[in-house]
Amino acid sequence: MEKPLTQHIRADGKPLTLAEYERVGGYSALRKVLSGMTPGDVLTVVKESNLRGRGGAGFPTGLKWSFVPQDGSKPRYLICNADEMEPGTFKDRLLLECTPHQLIEGMIIAAFAIGADISYVFLRWAYRDAARIINTAIHEAKQAGYLGANILRSGYNLEMHLHTGAGRYICGEETALLNSLEGKRAIPRAKPPFPQVSGLFGRPTIVNNVETLCCIPPIIALGAEWFRKLSLTSDAGTKIYGVSGKVKKPGAWELPMGVTLRELIEEHAGGMLDGHKFRGALPGGASTDFLVDLDVKMDYTSVAAAGSRLGTGTVVVLDDHTCPVGFVRNLEQFFAQESCGFCTPCREGIPWIRNILTAMENGDGQPGDIELLEQHALYLGPGHTFCAFAPGAMEPLQSALKYFRDDFERHINEHACPWRHAVNDHNSHNFSHFQPNQYAADTH
Amino acid sequence: MPRIHIDDKEFDVRPGRNLLETCLSLGFDLPYFCWHPALGSVGACRQCAVKAFANSEDNKGKLVMACMETVNDGQRISIRDPQAVEFRENVIGWLMTNHPHDCAVCDEGGSCHLQDMTVMTGHAYRKFRFNKRTYRNQYLGPFLNHEMNRCIQCYRCVRFYKDYAGGHDLDAYASANRVYFGRSSDGILESEFSGNLAEVCPTGVFTDRTLKQHYTRKWDLTSAPSVCIHCSVGCNTIAGERYGSLRLISNRYNGSVNGYFLCDRGRFGYEFVNGTSRIREPRIPEGVQGETWEERVHNATEAFRGTRIVGIGSPRASLEANFVLSRIAGRGNFYHGISALELELSNVASKILSRGTVPSRSLKEVEKCDVVLIWGEDITNTAPMLALSVRQALRNLPMEKSIAANIPPWNDAATREYVQNERGPLIIGAYGTTRLDEAASMTFRASPAALARVGFAVANQLDNTAPLAGALDEEEQAVAGEIVRILRGAQRPVIISGVSCGSVDVIQAAANMAEALHNHNSDTGIVLTFAACNSLGLALMEGKSFVDILQQERDKRGTLIILENDLYRHADPRTIQRIMAVFENVIVIDHTWNETSRNAHVVLPAGTFAESEGTFVNNEGRAQRYFQVYEPANGIRESWRWLLTLGNALGVSQKGPWNSHDEIVRALAASAEVFEPVARVAPSANYRINGQRIPRQPHRYSGRTAMNANRSVTEGKPPEDRDAPLSYTMEGTRLTPPSSTIPFFWSPGWNSVQSVAKYQEEVGGPLRGGDPGIRLLEPSGTSPGYFSASRHEETEITVVPLYHIFGSEELSALGPAISQRCPKPYLAAGPATFGAHTADHGAMMRIEIHGRMMTLPVVVDPAMPKGVAGLPVGLAGMEYFELPAPANVIMQLQNVE
Repeated sequence: MEKPLTQHIRADGKPLTLAEYERVGGYSALRKVLSGMTPGDVLTVVKESNLRGRGGAGFPTGLKWSFVPQDGSKPRYLICNADEMEPGTFKDRLLLECTPHQLIEGMIIAAFAIGADISYVFLRWAYRDAARIINTAIHEAKQAGYLGANILRSGYNLEMHLHTGAGRYICGEETALLNSLEGKRAIPRAKPPFPQVSGLFGRPTIVNNVETLCCIPPIIALGAEWFRKLSLTSDAGTKIYGVSGKVKKPGAWELPMGVTLRELIEEHAGGMLDGHKFRGALPGGASTDFLVDLDVKMDYTSVAAAGSRLGTGTVVVLDDHTCPVGFVRNLEQFFAQESCGFCTPCREGIPWIRNILTAMENGDGQPGDIELLEQHALYLGPGHTFCAFAPGAMEPLQSALKYFRDDFERHINEHACPWRHAVNDHNSHNFSHFQPNQYAADTH
Repeated sequence: MPRIHIDDKEFDVRPGRNLLETCLSLGFDLPYFCWHPALGSVGACRQCAVKAFANSEDNKGKLVMACMETVNDGQRISIRDPQAVEFRENVIGWLMTNHPHDCAVCDEGGSCHLQDMTVMTGHAYRKFRFNKRTYRNQYLGPFLNHEMNRCIQCYRCVRFYKDYAGGHDLDAYASANRVYFGRSSDGILESEFSGNLAEVCPTGVFTDRTLKQHYTRKWDLTSAPSVCIHCSVGCNTIAGERYGSLRLISNRYNGSVNGYFLCDRGRFGYEFVNGTSRIREPRIPEGVQGETWEERVHNATEAFRGTRIVGIGSPRASLEANFVLSRIAGRGNFYHGISALELELSNVASKILSRGTVPSRSLKEVEKCDVVLIWGEDITNTAPMLALSVRQALRNLPMEKSIAANIPPWNDAATREYVQNERGPLIIGAYGTTRLDEAASMTFRASPAALARVGFAVANQLDNTAPLAGALDEEEQAVAGEIVRILRGAQRPVIISGVSCGSVDVIQAAANMAEALHNHNSDTGIVLTFAACNSLGLALMEGKSFVDILQQERDKRGTLIILENDLYRHADPRTIQRIMAVFENVIVIDHTWNETSRNAHVVLPAGTFAESEGTFVNNEGRAQRYFQVYEPANGIRESWRWLLTLGNALGVSQKGPWNSHDEIVRALAASAEVFEPVARVAPSANYRINGQRIPRQPHRYSGRTAMNANRSVTEGKPPEDRDAPLSYTMEGTRLTPPSSTIPFFWSPGWNSVQSVAKYQEEVGGPLRGGDPGIRLLEPSGTSPGYFSASRHEETEITVVPLYHIFGSEELSALGPAISQRCPKPYLAAGPATFGAHTADHGAMMRIEIHGRMMTLPVVVDPAMPKGVAGLPVGLAGMEYFELPAPANVIMQLQNVE
C-alpha cells in the first residue's frame, strides 16, 4: 500500500530534516517543475490528478488554481491553511510536525503554478512544535536555494513566511484567514469576489490545506494517473483518516481514499472499547452530519450520498455510554464560542441552541425545544448565514435530531439527562466533557 | 433595463443595483439593518432575505439576501414567500434574544428602525427564555450617549465612522455574541462626524446626548425644514421644538448637498438658541409706552426719524433681512458687516463663481470627482461636510478597478478589500497640518505668498497665457510640476479653496488653476468656501465694508442699524468704538448678547434660524429656504419683521409697504437678476395641498390639550403662520409636501429617519420633485481672462489664520456641548521657526501684530514651514486680527521642573 504523504515519517516522530528529505527524493518534484515545466503544465497535471481539497470542502484543487487570472500581475499569494482547529481533527499536525519539507515543496510548486511570489503558512496558534519545525524548515529551504530569489537558478522567486494565528476556529475559513492575515478582524468575506481574484490585500490568492499541498510533490513526481489509481473509488489519492472516541486505538493513518468507515474503526482503530457499542460517527470533524452506517465508503462522493460530508476525514465516534445530547451540546458550545459574530443567525442562534441543549442536560428541557432546535437547524443552513460556519455547526445537530431523537425526547420527558445517572455508575469515563485533542497525542 | 419579477409582478428596474435598494425604490417594505444607502451592503444582518427562483418552473426557490444580489434580467423573487417571511421574523427573534426591550426609557423609542423592522416582520412573542448578555457602556464625550446592551451588531457604526468618515477611535471588539462597538477606552469620540452615529445606528446604542438634556420623542416635536447656519455649506436640517425650546437638529436629506449626514458642529451647535446669552426682550429707553412690543419699539425709535440712517448687514442674516435693511438705509448707506479684507475675499470668490467658465460643484458632485486639489483651506474645520465628500471622491479612481473586476460598487466590503487603502489623488496646499492630510497623496506647506506663487505657476504651466506671480525656487518648481502632471491626468478634477486662507492671491491662484485646467478638461469644477452661512448671499448685494463708515460719516447725528452681527469679530475694538461713536443712535437687531449688542442704545431681540424664516445662499451659490420652527415667546421677532417696524417708525418710504415674508421675497427677486430665482426656492405662504397646510407636528403629537394647562385649561388657538405654508398644528395634509417644505420624514411603518427612502425618487437619489434649493450662480461661459498680481510681501514671520470646527464659529461655541470641545487660544508654529521642543518646555510667546500685543502658549505644528505662525480664529478670548499679517514674536521659556 503506497503512502505518498506519510511513507517517510520517522518512527520517533521527529521532523525529517532537509538532508533526510532530499535523501528520499525530496525536492525532485520541484526540480522537475523548474527544469522545463510551465505553470500551465503543472496545472494540467494537478487537474488530471483529480486532487480535491483536503481541508473539508473537497473542492477540486486544479480547478481552484485555474481561477487565478493569468495576467502575470504581482503580487499574488499562495497560502497554506494550517489553522487546524476542527474538533476531532489532527491530521495536518502529523504532516506539519513530521514532513515539513514535503509541505514546503508542495507550496513552492503550487505557488509556481499560480504565479505567486509570496507565500504564507497560516498556522494554528496552539501548534507550537509545528511552528518551530516549519520555521526551521523554511530557513533550511531558503539556505538551500529552494526559496527566495531565483530558485534553483530558474528565475522564479518566492518568499515564504510563517504566520501563527491567535487561536480562532473561524480562521480556518479561508476568507476569514485572509482578513486575519491582513491584521483585520477574523470575519469571513462575501463571495464573490473569490480569493482567486481578490484575496490577500485584494490580490489574487490561493488558499490550500496542508494535506492538499503535501499531495502535490508526489503527483508531480509520479503523475496524475498514478495518483488517481491510489484510490479505491472515483475520488483520487490517499487520505489521512483519523479516529477518536471510545475506540481501542485512536489515531491517524494514511489509507487509500474510499476505505469504509467499518474498516477504519474496526481494523485501524482496533474496534470499540470493550463494553461500548457504536452508535454513530461524525465522519469528518465536528461540522459534519452523523453517519450511522459503518459500510459507507469514506470518499467525498460516497459520504455525501450518505447524507454527510467527508470533511477532514477524521472520524469522531459516538458510543452508547455517551449522551448524544451532551455530545452535541459540547460541539455547539464550541461553535457558539468560535462564531465570529458577524451575521445574526450564527451569532445569536448558536448560543441559543447551546442554551437549549444545556437546559436539556440539566433537566430543564421544555416541550417545544426540539422544534426550536429543528427550526434553527433549518434557518442556520447553507445560504442563510454569511459563511459555512453555521451550516457546519448545524450538521451534527440536525443529524443527531434525526438519529437520536428519542434521546432528546427522553431528556425533556424525564427532566434529566439519562446518562448523568450512568456517570455515577461508570465514573471511569468522563462522558460529559468531550475533548478531542486529548487523543491527538496518540497519533505518533 | 432589466425586467424582474417580484411576487409575480413585472418591474423594469435600474441595472447594476442590488435587489434590496431596488425593492425599496419600487416602494416595497423589505426590512434591513446592516445595509445603508450611503454605506452599501455587507450582508451581516441577514434581515432582507427574499426567495429567489431559478426560473418560472422553480417553485421551491432558495433564500437569498436581497442586499447581496445584483438585479438580473428575468430574475424572479418573492418577498411574500412564507419561508422568507418566517426567516425574516426569525432574524428579529435572534436579535431580540439580547436586546433589552427598554423602549419605554430609550431615547430611540418612536423613531427606532429596530422597532419598525420588528413590527414589519410580525415578530411579537418571545421564545428565548435564557439570560441576556450585558455590557459596560462608555463615556464618549458631550455629543453621544452609549448604551451597548441595545446593540444588534449591524456594524453600521464602525462602517460609517471608520470606512466612510475616516475616523480612528471607534471599533468592533471581541467576537461571538460578545461583539462590542466602542472606543478602546472611555473618551471623547474624535471624529468631526460622530453625531451621525445617532442616525446611522438603527437602535438606541448611540443617541444624541444634547437631546437627552431636554428629551422629547420624535412624535412630540414641532419641526420645520431648516438650513444649518454654522458654515457656508448650507446643510439641510430638521429643527424640532417643544415647550418653546429647540430640542433637536437632525439630518434633512438633500441629495445635492448633505445627503444623509451632518457634521457635529451642525448637529450640536443649536444649543445657543436655548442659551442664557439670548436676547429675550427689546432693550429700549425706560418709560416708553405701548400695548405691544411693536408699539413700544415704534414709539422708542420714532424719535430717530429724520436722521441719516446707516445699515450694517450681516453674513449670518437672511437675504430677506439684509435686503430690507439695505432698502431702509438706502443706496450708499448699506454696509457689509465684515472687514475690508473679508469683503474683498468674499467678492473675489463670488466673482469667480459667476464669471468665467468653471462651474461650482455641489457636495454630491464633489463625491463624483476623481482628483481633488485643496489650496489654502483646512476644510474639515471650515466646511466639514465638504471634507466628508472629498473622502468619498478619493475612492472613485481605485473603484474603477474593482468595478472592472465585476465587483459592484454597492458591495462595500468586497470593494474596500479590492482597493485596499488606495486612494485617488488629493493634493493639499496649506499653511500647516490639516485634518485631511492623512488622506492626501501630496502635501505642500507654505506661506500665503508661496501658495499663491505656486498656484499661479501651475496655472501658467497648464496654460501659458496665465500669468506668473514670481519666480519659484527648486522645491516649488518640483511641486508645481507634479501638480500639473496629476491635474492633467484627471477626468473630473475639482479645485477647492476659499476665504479662510485670508489671502486674495491664494484664492485667485486657485481660480486660475481651475480656469487653466478647464481649458483642457471641461469637467473641471471649483468649490470655494465662504466665512458664514450667508456670506455669498451678502456678497451679491452692493455695499462696502462697515469699516469704511469712518471715511463717510462725520455728523454724529445719524442712526446706525446693525443686523445680526458681532462687529468685534470683524474688526479691532478701537475701530468699532470709533464707528459707534459716530452715531447718535445705535440699534442692534440680534438674538445673542455680545460686545456689539451690549454697546447699543436700542436692542431688538431677533429670532434665530429656528424662530424665523429666510433664505441663505450657500458656498455653491444655492439659495435655500429655512422655516420658522416655532413662534418665539416675549419680544423676539424675525429680524426682517423688526426692520419693517423700524422702517415705519423711522418714516423710511419703502416700495412696499411690505407686511409679509412673501412680499419681501417678491421685492428681493425683482431687485436684481441674480435674486430672481429666490421667489421659486420654496412655495409661498398661500400654497396649499388640497386646501390644506403642511403640518409641523406629526399625526401622533401628544399633550396639546394639556401642555398649557398650568395657565389655562382651554386649549389655545394655535398661532397662524402668515409667512409659510406650514401650520403649527398636527392638522393638515398627509401627502408628501414639496421637497423644500418637508418638516420631518415619516411614513407608515417607517417611524425612523430611514423613512427618507419614501420621499426619494429612488433610494439615494434626489427627493421627489427635485432636491431643495436653486442655484443663483452659473459661470458666464466665456473666459474672463486670468487673475494677475501678487501683493504678499514675504515677511520674516507671517501669522496665518487657523480654524477649529469647534470654537472658530461664533454661535455654536456658545452651546454647552460644543464649548467642551473648543481649544484654548494658542500660537502655532513649526520647529523651523520656534524649535521643536518649545512646547515641551511650556514656552509662551509674546506676539505683536498690527501693533497689538498678546501672550500665548506655543503649539508646535511639525508641518508649518519656517516663517509661518498660526493663530486660531474666533476662539473665546481672542480679539480679531486681520490675518495673514506680519508679526514680531518674542519667545519666553517658562520654568518647568
